[in-house]
Amino acid sequence: MSDPLLLVLIVLTPLIGAILVIITGRWPNLREAVSLATGAILVTEVALLAPAVLAGETPGVLLAIPVPGVPLALQLEPLGLLFALIASTLWIVTTIYAIGYMRGHGESHQTRFYAFFAIAISATMGVALAQNLFTLFLFYELLTVSTYPLVTHAGTDEARRGGRVYLGILMGTSMGFLLLAVIWTWQLTGTTGFKAGGILAGQASPLIIGILYALFAFGIGKAALMPFHRWLPAAMVAPTPVSALLHAVAVVKAGVFAILKITVYVFGIDLLADNRASSLILWVAAITIIGASLVALNQDNLKRRLAYSTISQLSYVVLGAVLANAAGITGAAVHIATHAVGKITLFFCAGAILVAAHKTRVSELDGLGRQMPVTMGAFLIASLSIAGLPPMAGLWGKWYLAIGAFDAGYGVLVGILMLSTLLNLAYLLPIPLRAFFANAPQRDTQLKEAPLPCLIGIGLTTTACVVLFFFPGPIYRLASMLVL
Amino acid sequence: MIGTQLPALQVVVPLLAAPLCLALHRPFATWALTLTASALSMLVSILLLGQVLAQGVIDYAFGGWAAPFGIAYRVDLANAYVLLIVTTISTVVTIFARRSVASEVEAHNQGLFYTAWLLCLTGLLGITITGDAFNLFVFLEISSLSSYVLIAMGTERKALTAAYQYLIMGTIGATFILIGIGLLYMLTGTLNMLDMAHRLITVADSRTARTGFAFLTVGLGLKIALFPLHLWLPNAYAHAPSAVSAFLAATATKVAVYVLLRFVFSVFGVDFALGTMPLALGLAVLGTIAVLSASTVAIFQHNLKRMLAYSSVAQVGYLALGVSLATPAGLTATLLHLFNHALMKGTLFLALGCIAWRLGSVRLGDLKGLGYRMPWTMGVFVLGGLSLIGLPLTAGFISKWYLVLAALERGWWPVILVIIAGSLLAVIYIWRVIETAYLSKTNKTAGAGEAPLSMLLPAWLLAIANLYFGMHTGLSAGIATQAAAALFGIQP
Repeated sequence: MSDPLLLVLIVLTPLIGAILVIITGRWPNLREAVSLATGAILVTEVALLAPAVLAGETPGVLLAIPVPGVPLALQLEPLGLLFALIASTLWIVTTIYAIGYMRGHGESHQTRFYAFFAIAISATMGVALAQNLFTLFLFYELLTVSTYPLVTHAGTDEARRGGRVYLGILMGTSMGFLLLAVIWTWQLTGTTGFKAGGILAGQASPLIIGILYALFAFGIGKAALMPFHRWLPAAMVAPTPVSALLHAVAVVKAGVFAILKITVYVFGIDLLADNRASSLILWVAAITIIGASLVALNQDNLKRRLAYSTISQLSYVVLGAVLANAAGITGAAVHIATHAVGKITLFFCAGAILVAAHKTRVSELDGLGRQMPVTMGAFLIASLSIAGLPPMAGLWGKWYLAIGAFDAGYGVLVGILMLSTLLNLAYLLPIPLRAFFANAPQRDTQLKEAPLPCLIGIGLTTTACVVLFFFPGPIYRLASMLVL
Repeated sequence: MIGTQLPALQVVVPLLAAPLCLALHRPFATWALTLTASALSMLVSILLLGQVLAQGVIDYAFGGWAAPFGIAYRVDLANAYVLLIVTTISTVVTIFARRSVASEVEAHNQGLFYTAWLLCLTGLLGITITGDAFNLFVFLEISSLSSYVLIAMGTERKALTAAYQYLIMGTIGATFILIGIGLLYMLTGTLNMLDMAHRLITVADSRTARTGFAFLTVGLGLKIALFPLHLWLPNAYAHAPSAVSAFLAATATKVAVYVLLRFVFSVFGVDFALGTMPLALGLAVLGTIAVLSASTVAIFQHNLKRMLAYSSVAQVGYLALGVSLATPAGLTATLLHLFNHALMKGTLFLALGCIAWRLGSVRLGDLKGLGYRMPWTMGVFVLGGLSLIGLPLTAGFISKWYLVLAALERGWWPVILVIIAGSLLAVIYIWRVIETAYLSKTNKTAGAGEAPLSMLLPAWLLAIANLYFGMHTGLSAGIATQAAAALFGIQP
């Protein structure tokens, strides 16, 4: 199969899957089989393109030219491949998990759920494969719109309110800042295409470069930089598989991925490294890292605590991007992957607790470890990975970020990363520790682990947390290709 | 042979069909005739556009009387493009109208309804195609009078008040336009617009010319519904029959904007209209207020037709902003938005027409849970709404792109902020509807089914057109760019 066709298929496959899900909606087992098969096909398609990208090629395809000079085009480069691989692989795992969760929790409108989930994945693939800023913006907005029905899935007043905050912030920032930045870039350079080394060098004064960078960084609301982070806790009203895949991996990573991609291919790290104005974003990211962690400490709702943790961790990637040196960019790309497996595990566990024990608050989890040892064990491992302790995958991202901070001459940022590690431990570790060692107020003997599909999902991602510590090679290789 | 008579046919076909309608009188027959006439007009406008693209400007002397004494029709890219918008929308909405009108207008009035419809179409086409200033006024009156009739046929008694209000305001506007044209005639001794333009060059620096210009722009401002002259519009659109709201919203203000452009660029000239006279500043300020205030008011409307009407007032603001930039890029954005806004407002009003047909109401509170009871209709509304907000892949996005780019080129940052604020306000008033339709529990057990296919199909046709013209802009943006260049007198 030719590469251009494969690229188109990567975006189309989940869409076709969504249509098939709707058609087979009346037969749940068939419907879930369709979801899984679509996921498997998608991963295969992405994997088939990997050798070409690793060989240094960037296969591309032109779809349409809506405005002269502004094409709708797809192109696969190393960072996009990394993101597409993570998102598509974890989609399969999440689907397995969702089968257990949605049935175990007795959710309604499951066909709609799986269909919009597939559409959201299609948009994610589009973000990963975007060849230019216009295409990126298009799929970015599609991702916002297609996840809205998932966030408001419950249809309650709380879901409505959450949906409003979600849509309001994501669309407000993207229309207010991102679109403006895209059009401005096009006006300055006459192109919106992503190019190795950047397109803005020599096209604008340092001040305008700084303003543009801020417009991009805040305009990509999905990266959840403070003060535009409130949508992420609001989105926690969604069913847990949505929080797990979309709001720990696909949607939020689409945000930081976009920032990273724009940093590397629109600004170019050389241009940005010399630009003092953009270092404002560096401090915004640092404040977000610490601020969100502090907020997480006080959250009793488990999913909200994890959401604030995600906000904090996302800013690691932004931090690496703004550092604009080889180690920083590499660390940012590696962190996208390692945080994904860690955080999705934590959300899976939170969902399993909800399905099995119907508990959503941290303070209710005392003693739960004895009834749900697998879930709480996985929670412990993933927590260590998020904090970045060996032997967990999360170490690598932080490792390179710290080197990047030293290289850029920001020793104080290394301190912030260390402080963040302590804070991570402070808000995550008590959960499994209390579950294992504290005494339950009353013992519920009926309580057992979540349904088997949930446990399979948890097992797979937890394994990945450990395996990626010992074998980070493929991820590192793709990440380092960005800064050759 | 017939190719040379196309400009005349463009007006004559609907004009002759109108009295025939009156004679036929039976609802179905009159509808079929209206559809035929409308479709023929569309065919003529397509052929005209083809001719203009191939051969350049067409001059047509009516009855063989040469200009400047006879009435001349003059078709260039700008009006061929507007003709196509008007006839296409009229045809699509006429298909929709049969069931919609049957439910909203009494049977014995339906013959009259279609007669008025055809006359309104004739008027709009005549205004657009003519090259004669007085002829323009005559057609303006034809379209206005027939639209008062159409609006008055709305189901509620309030429609009469709305029509009356529009009648008064519209007549004031028409009077102003007539005074303006009269002053120009006095000054130049000609009514032919091309001739007038030549003679105005020497006498433009006179109080008469400036007064004439002022009367014309204020009169046209009323017809365009430019803030603060928009007061007639919300009531008129809210109480007219659904098909009329869709037709007028998509065409009537567009044609009035075209007339303004014609006078500004082809008769007075850019330097006089946007340089000597403070029109650019006026349009920029009023456009800004229109976008911000009307969008805000739209958020608080319970009647959805009225909400869309206020949204139309806001969209007129965008058109004004595009002109006020006084650059080819800005004019391109305005012409492009004429086209795209016709598509999205047409789509949204047709969706509301389907809802009104089924529920007999378009109040927000009655739409609870409608997304599940009328999924196809609400699908149309969502697509049209997304286009209005300006999400990528929709026609609305292309408009916004060109408009922001044009403002950026001039470095008009406040205008950019207004455009952004306008689309964010649009998110709010569109999302209220989507939230109610999909996230509220149905309050009535009355199970509403879908609207009939003859209404859904045209609605979907326009909805899909929104997507198509978000991807392929050769027709919309391509012609808008060329037409803007031609109006600015730039040779391609």
